[in-house]
Amino acid sequence: MANKLQGFFGPRIPAEVPEAERWRYRLPTILLATAAILLIISIFTPYWRMTLNAPQYPKGLMVQIYVNRVEGDVAEIDGLNHYIGMRPLEEAGQVERRFAIMAISSIALLTAAAIFIHTKWAALLALPAASVPFVFLGDLYYWLRNFGLNLDPNAALSSSIEPFVPPVLGTGIIAQFSTLALPDWGLYLAFTATVLIIVGLYFHRRAYKPLVDQQ
Amino acid sequence: MNLFKKQNNFYRAGWITFLLVFALTAFFISCSDQQQEAAPAESDGGVSTGLPADASAIAAARNLTPDDIVAALKTYVPTGQHDDYIMFSSGGHAGQVFVIGLPSMRLLKTIGVFTPEPWQGWGYGSEETMAILNNGQADGEQTVMWGDTHHPALSETAGDYDGQYLFINDKAHARVAVIDLRDFETKQIIKNPIAINDHGGTFVTPDTDWVIEGGQYAAPLGWEYASLDEYAEDYRGMVTFWKFDRDSGRIDYDASFAMELPPYWQDLCDAGKRVSEGWVFCNSFNTEMATGGIESGEPPFEAGASQRDMDYLHVINMDKAIGVAAAGQTIEVNGFPVISLDTSVAEGLLYFIPEPKSPHGVDITPGGEYMVISGKLDPHTTVFSFEKIQAAIADGNFETDQYGVPILDFDAVLEAQIELGLGPLHTQFDDKGYAYTSLFLESTVARWALGGPYGEMHEEEDWSLVGKQSVHYNVGHIAAAEGDTVSPDGTYLVSLNKWAVDRFANVGPLLPQNFQLIDIGSPGEQMQLLYDMPIGVGEPHYAQIIKGDKLSPWEVYPEIGWDPGIQAVNPEAPMSGEEKVVRNGNEVEIWMTAVRSHFTPEHVEINQGDHVIWHITNVERAYDATHGFSLPGYNIQLSLEPGETATFEFDATEDGVFSYYCSEFCSALHLEMVGYLLVKP
Repeated sequence: MANKLQGFFGPRIPAEVPEAERWRYRLPTILLATAAILLIISIFTPYWRMTLNAPQYPKGLMVQIYVNRVEGDVAEIDGLNHYIGMRPLEEAGQVERRFAIMAISSIALLTAAAIFIHTKWAALLALPAASVPFVFLGDLYYWLRNFGLNLDPNAALSSSIEPFVPPVLGTGIIAQFSTLALPDWGLYLAFTATVLIIVGLYFHRRAYKPLVDQQ
Repeated sequence: MNLFKKQNNFYRAGWITFLLVFALTAFFISCSDQQQEAAPAESDGGVSTGLPADASAIAAARNLTPDDIVAALKTYVPTGQHDDYIMFSSGGHAGQVFVIGLPSMRLLKTIGVFTPEPWQGWGYGSEETMAILNNGQADGEQTVMWGDTHHPALSETAGDYDGQYLFINDKAHARVAVIDLRDFETKQIIKNPIAINDHGGTFVTPDTDWVIEGGQYAAPLGWEYASLDEYAEDYRGMVTFWKFDRDSGRIDYDASFAMELPPYWQDLCDAGKRVSEGWVFCNSFNTEMATGGIESGEPPFEAGASQRDMDYLHVINMDKAIGVAAAGQTIEVNGFPVISLDTSVAEGLLYFIPEPKSPHGVDITPGGEYMVISGKLDPHTTVFSFEKIQAAIADGNFETDQYGVPILDFDAVLEAQIELGLGPLHTQFDDKGYAYTSLFLESTVARWALGGPYGEMHEEEDWSLVGKQSVHYNVGHIAAAEGDTVSPDGTYLVSLNKWAVDRFANVGPLLPQNFQLIDIGSPGEQMQLLYDMPIGVGEPHYAQIIKGDKLSPWEVYPEIGWDPGIQAVNPEAPMSGEEKVVRNGNEVEIWMTAVRSHFTPEHVEINQGDHVIWHITNVERAYDATHGFSLPGYNIQLSLEPGETATFEFDATEDGVFSYYCSEFCSALHLEMVGYLLVKP
């Protein structure tokens, strides 16, 4: 059992490594820890935003999506959406939003935990965190598509607006509104975390593989 | 150990990683900057380098002079840009207040005050508005359905407009209204308990602690009867000091008081400021105490009230009067504390100064040093010195009128008299050491140079006429930009002309008034008439002009369920999802919401004879998403601005089917925003 655990955790850094040489172990530690921290911070920032512009809204309308909530001109956008039979934004991704904070926090902690795993298993712990932005975008696309294609056929403007899929990123046009969808700070942070994790795992492997091979 | 041979590679790799992160960060920041830059599509706002090639052709075709072109350029405000100044004008006997932008002279809003106004749902069922209007009943029984607004007064802090509140009087019924400039709605109407009419209101003290309402046509105080034969004995003038509570935004009736004055007809007042703070000045006419009676062979008022060469400027030690009232040295008239004339004389609260007869306007210079009075039958404007007034009072050597009020010696308090022209009325000030006085008979506005501390600000001789600007026609009051504050702006002046005669296309025998915008920005003789604005509603008297950026009204009400009557959320307000109709015996209570483009509920079924209590909330949060609510047959018309809630009640005396609908064009499906009230016989 102890052997199996040791096989999972991998070798410790030999005590005889001089201080000047220890940075090679610290580099992946710093990269992975930074990634975990960035991911935690991202929970508190919006991941995505869509702005809608129309002549009668000179300041535009904006909706921001956080991992656990929707903010911005939600009431006004819902009010407009009811004309075309789109469901209220609050109904989208309810399960995802309920568990997102806990899930992303756990994933970030796993990434931090990978710092202490010096074998290949470290990758298994850290890679879920690397997938966060892609999972977010995939889920967003699913809901945009789900909402856009399932319009209430009895809505006031159902005859003039065909079902549509709003773009996940980039520009779109719906009735008199031009829309612009862009990543927001949270998604940038998550992407940065992804890059840091991949680079971090690379240096992690380079640092510890010789130790593992020595065993 | 060969394990560490690749040390340099590791350093390099570390640097590359961090550079990569920085590069990513920089990229993301630049991306977000771009999206911010891309968002507002600003107009190109290029600096004009000259008139377009065809502009002179247009000018020629329209017979425009170079001055006309300059005037047009000075007043044109392109779409999307806002005016620099906002003018609050009395609405005269329309009973309203007009909000006008300067320099464009565009009417922005008419605020319903003393007269019901259907667009704002002012006085058409909404309990909040009905309660305010009914609070102004003259005798407690008859609902007064109009007013004669005369003199608006913006609230001040340290003598400067602060853009928070506006007050205005109703001359016809001696009432004072308070308008909250967060939502530009009337919040309070107070009926003066001792007077049947007023004129010398409203004016505020430099920090808006008090709102001044001076009387006009003398009558027995408290709306009592007395024969005109007993005029000198039983008829009285008055000035009322309304305590204003800025926190609640209301006049505190219980902390207010009045002063009994001789039965001269008090006219306009002004509050002292800076050096004269704590004093109030009101002028008067008919010190002859003429009682008219042309039908009996007596001199008519117009002659009887103009016999003496001098009337009396009332000089009131207001600070002292507040103390006397607080000490309870008052009599009660209709339950309202009044300082009697005897007490005023005994306590030294009231002094008179002879002033050229039949004046209109006593206007205090920005620093409070001088009181400017123009008797409209004397070609001079007369300037008294506050310092000299104080010296004369201290001197204590004066005659008295028949009521025992001390009369200061005219020559002892006179600072200057300037011959301006015929029919001088009302004076405003600028930032260049000039004063402006309207000349009613001449139809001009005179610019003249002040003396004393203002003498250094201009090149002209102190106390001298500088120039005149013709206006069209018969100017009453004038309003300069912040021109009655401690720091006038000296940019624009509006001449509030009583007659338009030939200025506009003939629209029948009842003509609009004419507001004329004048550029007073340059010193010397030069003033330029810029624009004529017809006022086809009522006859405005006075106006005040405030810098636009001092106003910060709400875009929408702060929260859903907002009751503008209390400026707070009403716990009774219907909310989305809580709409219901509840019957309790013969009483039916309805909780309704309005949102684009439907009311909930859309069917309301009741029985003839039911008493109906109906609450509606506009649950919108969007700028400009106002809904109306019109119920024909029961005289109900509401305006529900975003977030606003309102309640109305009625007895369902008429059976039938009544369609209620949204009367404000709210959306593409506005026509469909309708419901049925079904009243079963």
